[in-house]
Amino acid sequence: MDNSFSSADLEFQQEVRAFFESEFTDELRERVQSSSDVKGTAVEWQKKLHAKGWIAPDWPAEVGGTGWTPVQKFIFDAERCAAGAPDVVPFGLKMVAPVIFTFGNDEQKQKFLPKILNSDDWWCQGYSEPGAGSDLAALQTKAELAGDDYVVNGAKIWTTYAQYADWIFCLVRTGQFEKRQQGISFLLIDMKSEGITVNPIHTIDNHHSLNEVVFDNVRVPVSNRVGNENQGWTYAKALLAHERTSIAGVADSRRWLQEIIELAKSQTNAQGSLIDDPTFQNRLSDIEIELMALEYMDLRVLASLSSGETPGPEASLLKIKGTEIQQALQELRMQTIGAYAGTLKAAQYQNDLHARGYESRRAYMYGRAATIYGGSNEVQRNVIAKAVLGL
Amino acid sequence: MNFEYSEEQNLLKESIVRWAQDNYSFDQRRVGMSNDNGFNRAHWQTFAELGWLSVPFSEENGGYGGSVIDLAAVMEEFGKALVVEPVFANIVLFGGLLERSSYQDKAALLAKVIDGSFMGAVAMYEPHARFDTSNVLTSATQSGDGYVINGYKSMVLGGAHADKVIVLARTSGEQTDELGLSLFLADAQTSGFSAERYALMDGQQVADITFDNVSGELICELGSAFEILQATMQVAQIALAAEAVGIMGKLNATTVEYTKTRKQFGVTISSFQALQHRMVDTFMAYEQTRSLLVGALCELTDKNVDGQQAKKITHALSALVAKNGKLIGDEAIQMHGGMGLTDELDVGHYVKRLMMINLMFGDAAFFQTKFNQTAYAG
Repeated sequence: MDNSFSSADLEFQQEVRAFFESEFTDELRERVQSSSDVKGTAVEWQKKLHAKGWIAPDWPAEVGGTGWTPVQKFIFDAERCAAGAPDVVPFGLKMVAPVIFTFGNDEQKQKFLPKILNSDDWWCQGYSEPGAGSDLAALQTKAELAGDDYVVNGAKIWTTYAQYADWIFCLVRTGQFEKRQQGISFLLIDMKSEGITVNPIHTIDNHHSLNEVVFDNVRVPVSNRVGNENQGWTYAKALLAHERTSIAGVADSRRWLQEIIELAKSQTNAQGSLIDDPTFQNRLSDIEIELMALEYMDLRVLASLSSGETPGPEASLLKIKGTEIQQALQELRMQTIGAYAGTLKAAQYQNDLHARGYESRRAYMYGRAATIYGGSNEVQRNVIAKAVLGL
Repeated sequence: MNFEYSEEQNLLKESIVRWAQDNYSFDQRRVGMSNDNGFNRAHWQTFAELGWLSVPFSEENGGYGGSVIDLAAVMEEFGKALVVEPVFANIVLFGGLLERSSYQDKAALLAKVIDGSFMGAVAMYEPHARFDTSNVLTSATQSGDGYVINGYKSMVLGGAHADKVIVLARTSGEQTDELGLSLFLADAQTSGFSAERYALMDGQQVADITFDNVSGELICELGSAFEILQATMQVAQIALAAEAVGIMGKLNATTVEYTKTRKQFGVTISSFQALQHRMVDTFMAYEQTRSLLVGALCELTDKNVDGQQAKKITHALSALVAKNGKLIGDEAIQMHGGMGLTDELDVGHYVKRLMMINLMFGDAAFFQTKFNQTAYAG
């Protein structure tokens, strides 16, 4: 047993750290935190990453990826979080691109991949429907063949950033079979198509990131179908493995924990600072001890990936523990900040606690989604029960 | 980066698995515990012959020269097999402290520990001090060339059949001072030494020992026992965590298998989602504890990790073992239903050992407080 990085990996770590120091400027950081111009900020930052050649760590080198090892990806992600830099918007780079470069034809690869790498196209994901959440295979959005087009009718929901999107990738029903997972196809749909309506969904974090996307006789060329008809479910499932290397969110949680400790040191009363309060210490260490264990759980999975194993149901374990810890930290951060955590608008900033409070409230409220999306934690428990415990 | 046991460590583990399969069924274990010693002395000789008692000791002292990782590998298997023979008391505590001491005949005495012919114990706790090793009233005063010990020690693990005992006694300072504590080696046959022997719920043989002018030999620098005691306790915490991880894995596996065979309402109870999710939670608790154990093993053998960080992760591990041990133990009994309460089933016996691991040197709250002091003070 040995937890150390190789000297090559340590060198790489230095290179990544230096990059974030010089390129992720204070000005960018401020814009990210205030979330005033979500799309503009993300695109500007992603173009910097692309210029460096680091925009697509999860892609194979031959299609424009970095060709990094699992350990290098881990290091990159840890340094990114330590610098407070945001992850790339995942829908194009991490979600649809792997399906296109794995199952798409050459024409599709040439058409879509360069624009994804260059952040010229903004993508969103059309999976969930009003009647199909955890039970995704219940989806009803229909695509019927009419000449060279499919005609799509139905609705997708919880579509993050659909209001900015140029394209949406959808699972649609193209056939009726006994097994519901059959008869689903994977379509790429231009958001400018006639018949698409985007209805905003305002969430409890007082922001607009989610939407409902309604399709009313939307015509989609058959050439926009990835892979074979009725086999879309298989492609969608295969891509899940791509987004699971940093699923535990360890580096983000570590940063929040440090922030809470710093905040607690600055909050004082006659007995000393909050960090000296035994009750507070216990609440903090309840989480930190779990986080330390999660760090090594994550590293153990990483080491098994490095030795060539494919990620299995342990990803579910990382997702459950990772999101539970994130939510516990988001809650403690708000409570450490106190009433300032209620700060609603960036314009109300008077002091540092307003800014921190604003951010902590948003993170907490939107953070409720983490145990719901990507397969709710209850569904993840079903996965472990079946795949690991054989129940 | 690598978080698996080495090939050599796996061989060591397999040798224990094979031995236990042939010699240590639950019924065989029970028979072995029914004599006056409370364990099977013949097994102890086998452990010595197979080299298991030599694992943590340096080669210059006749040991295997193993690291804390080797020790954990062995302890995990002893946990799975629910071995009641006093490996922890003799090898980890007594042997560990002896090896760190300045006792002049150290190598000779360790040789006897390793060959199984000698049993030792460490007398450190006192009834008023709970888990605090610096709260010591037992005193040692100089008399001629040696020292005379007076006082009372409680819960001395392995004290029921020890040939010699290492005694933690105060040679200066106030009752709770960390400085002023010294270690003495005392013979159990010597006059003034009287031991009240009894067994704990996990089958461990302990003694409360009265020292009435017992002569002892000083085996550390005067007044400096606390540091080497702490170093020994750090390894002890890891060893117990490894044993606990072995037990947790075994309890989870037993429980999952049981629910697959137990039928109620016409179906196996493993088909109920209410139970499935709870078994997932105990599985995650196990994986979490194993991960932190692996992390502690890596960090404690890493030259770049400082003492403070080593303490931090060790206390985190002990706290997590206590928390998750309770969850896994409680759930194992609950999901076995009435059978979980029977003495005939091994489940309750594993749970009792797990409980004692989390009561002997500190409970969840104790180690969490230690963690807090290490992580957030100053």
